[in-house]
Amino acid sequence: MTSHPAAPSPNSSYTFTAIGLHWLIALAIIGSFALGFYMADLPISPQKLRFYSWHKWAGVTIFLCVVLRLGWRLRHRPPELPTGMPAWQRSVASATHVLLYLLMVAVPLSGWLMSSAKGFQTVWFGVLPLPDLLTKNAELGDLLQALHRLLNYSMAAIVFAHLGAALKHHFIDRDDVLARMLPFLRTPSGDTQ
Amino acid sequence: MKSWPHRLVLCCAFATLAPAAHAIEFNQLQLNKSSLSFVSKQMNVPVEGQFKSFRSKLAYDPAKPAAAKAELEIDMASIDAGSKEANDEVAGKAWFNTKAFPVAKFVATSVKPLGGNRLEVAGKMSIKGKTLDLTTPVTVTQQGNAATFDGSLVLKRADYGIGDGIWADFGTVANEVQIKFRLVATAAAAK
Repeated sequence: MTSHPAAPSPNSSYTFTAIGLHWLIALAIIGSFALGFYMADLPISPQKLRFYSWHKWAGVTIFLCVVLRLGWRLRHRPPELPTGMPAWQRSVASATHVLLYLLMVAVPLSGWLMSSAKGFQTVWFGVLPLPDLLTKNAELGDLLQALHRLLNYSMAAIVFAHLGAALKHHFIDRDDVLARMLPFLRTPSGDTQ
Repeated sequence: MKSWPHRLVLCCAFATLAPAAHAIEFNQLQLNKSSLSFVSKQMNVPVEGQFKSFRSKLAYDPAKPAAAKAELEIDMASIDAGSKEANDEVAGKAWFNTKAFPVAKFVATSVKPLGGNRLEVAGKMSIKGKTLDLTTPVTVTQQGNAATFDGSLVLKRADYGIGDGIWADFGTVANEVQIKFRLVATAAAAK
């Protein structure tokens, strides 16, 4: 691939709000994924009940951040992809991002529905009760649990693809794709090297 | 002789009314219409549960409420604490120790009419080998051949040693447990 150093345009980086939300959500997703993975098979104990509550609080918080982020994204065009990027890579990149957004919405929703079906209401930070969208139904609860798990594993796979692509852009293509989301990677001249 | 038929009518009226007014006694528990449920708070999240199997010896005559008798026996193994995992856990020693104490029992020792359709029932509640005084308001609703006794009260689990050890901290499972009961009893056909 020939290098076409992208001319620094006013739109070459994400807004600080977009960057902040991206990394905040990324860390929160990794944390609550790990917690969810760990807590699911624990024997019942007060600690397990605490973990479940924390996980659910995190899920609601992430969901709200995602809504905020989608709203922001609709009003603020993300920077253009490097001009030299082949069409198939552009398609894959856009499909990956659409899937990530869909899963960021679907994962917390499936968790919420699963909690309702299992008869354990979600009370955000132990203060704000979320309505139960489903009435208690053990079989449906198990089904939604399987769905929640499947959506999470799908998201993990796509996050790895997203991460791999970001690193590939930075270290192999040596373009500014990662720097758009990590401004400190840029040198003062605007170069990424 | 004009008063004759009147007297007869009056007599007949008494004959049919009298038993209803004086001897009616609601004493047959209708388990399928009755319920015994509770709400515990886990991390401030209300979780509903219930006991599916219980027996009650009731004797309630609306004309003599203070003479009412009530006894309730609850099969602790019939608990539904919200999930299979919770049911297994609460049967254990830290909670109800169901093997050693399969039955919880309430025996009313006094029934005080509070006016209207309200009663105050005091008695002894035994759970997990511990017997404590317990008082609860009860609302009676009479409909045809059935009387419904509704009540709710707050019980503190620690008083009975329910939820020991790692569960003793009220931060995860609150001490206060909201109990709700509905006992429906019909009058025995013949006594």
